[in-house]
Amino acid sequence: METSALHPLVPSMLRITRVRREIDDVFTLRLDVSGRPSGFPFAPGQFNMLYAFGAGEVAISISGDPGRPGELVHTVRAVGSVTRVIQGLGAGDTIGVRGPYGTPWPMKEARGRDLVVVAGGLGLAPLRPAVLHALAHRADYGRVVVLYGARTPADILFRKDLERWRGRLDTEVAVTVDSAPAEWPGMVGVVPALLHGAHFDPAGAVALVCGPEVMMRFAARELSSLGVAGDRIHVSMERNMKCGAGLCGHCQYGPTFVCKDGPVFRFDRVERLFQLREI
Amino acid sequence: MEDLTRAIRAQPFFDGLDDVKLATLVGCAQNTRFHPGEFLLRAGDPASVFYLVREGRVSLDVEIPGRPALRVETVVPGDIVGISWMFPPARVHLDARALDGVLALSFDGTCLRGKMEADPALGYALARRLLALTMHRLERVRLQRLDVYKAT
Repeated sequence: METSALHPLVPSMLRITRVRREIDDVFTLRLDVSGRPSGFPFAPGQFNMLYAFGAGEVAISISGDPGRPGELVHTVRAVGSVTRVIQGLGAGDTIGVRGPYGTPWPMKEARGRDLVVVAGGLGLAPLRPAVLHALAHRADYGRVVVLYGARTPADILFRKDLERWRGRLDTEVAVTVDSAPAEWPGMVGVVPALLHGAHFDPAGAVALVCGPEVMMRFAARELSSLGVAGDRIHVSMERNMKCGAGLCGHCQYGPTFVCKDGPVFRFDRVERLFQLREI
Repeated sequence: MEDLTRAIRAQPFFDGLDDVKLATLVGCAQNTRFHPGEFLLRAGDPASVFYLVREGRVSLDVEIPGRPALRVETVVPGDIVGISWMFPPARVHLDARALDGVLALSFDGTCLRGKMEADPALGYALARRLLALTMHRLERVRLQRLDVYKAT
């Protein structure tokens, strides 16, 4: 897919139209792309480099609806110097954007198959476009299962989306948290454990997994133990990306560049790297 | 009794056990129901029974003096509640409470231990299954302890 800027390393200046606080340190930006003839088309799983003036650039997944290219949406956790500056921006402020970059979730390959989405923490942000796409093209897929794990009930991201998806008769949604007060009526436990109670055909299902690497490793192992082949498990990797175009080498992950060859990888192609203590 | 045998046989936990061993287990088992909010086990009580959950969810909670109780795991159908009975004299360590209407097979620990000791093959088969579930639970707890979603 072509990048939206004239040159892949030159950011476009976009105006923030709305900022919404999601949870304590996570917020969602909506950016004005009305000045572009075709908006900001992207594929689920792709990311942009967001540039905060005077602070630097950071790779952030696109969390919006791929069926609505008229708005560009990013969900960001304020954890570093750049993201904290972005957190301080508001409606009307301008931010630099270049992209979209990276490989998408295999939505075409998953057609006709059960789709199992396993997300942990902020990992739901890059998976949200995939779920929205699947639900907008519901007839293209078999069972759609969304499993989500968060740290505590207060850390559950996109709560309204999860409720809306759960309310559909054609979608299975399960949410769990790592710890909770005793009055919490939902599930407590790790997200890979939800796979055993989920309803899908392991022999044909395609799994999309995103979250902390150790969580993805556990989830991939559970999927494998249920019979999902490694070439149908897809993970989204996160590395320190700088150029976004495979030029600088900051995100090199063994023999691959996460920004260019990923961030979405087939698990059987990166499984070995998950086992390495250092890369 | 026939229903109980069928209910036990239907549980993946007992997959691979022959009819003779299943019949032996039936003598220690009964069907139990719990209403939402009802306790299956209370921390501090003698540990003399374990449950194999057939339907519904069971919470495992820790009471911490001076702090709100903490939920550490939710047990779902196919999993067990209560392991301490294996090692007498034992006490229950966690509160186990029905979150929904719960249907479970309950096993008398004293009865089961006696049969496991009298028939080492049965004892090995059950201990292996309990160990597998315990190992999976340990792996889950380890992942939970890593606190992987905490912002760093």
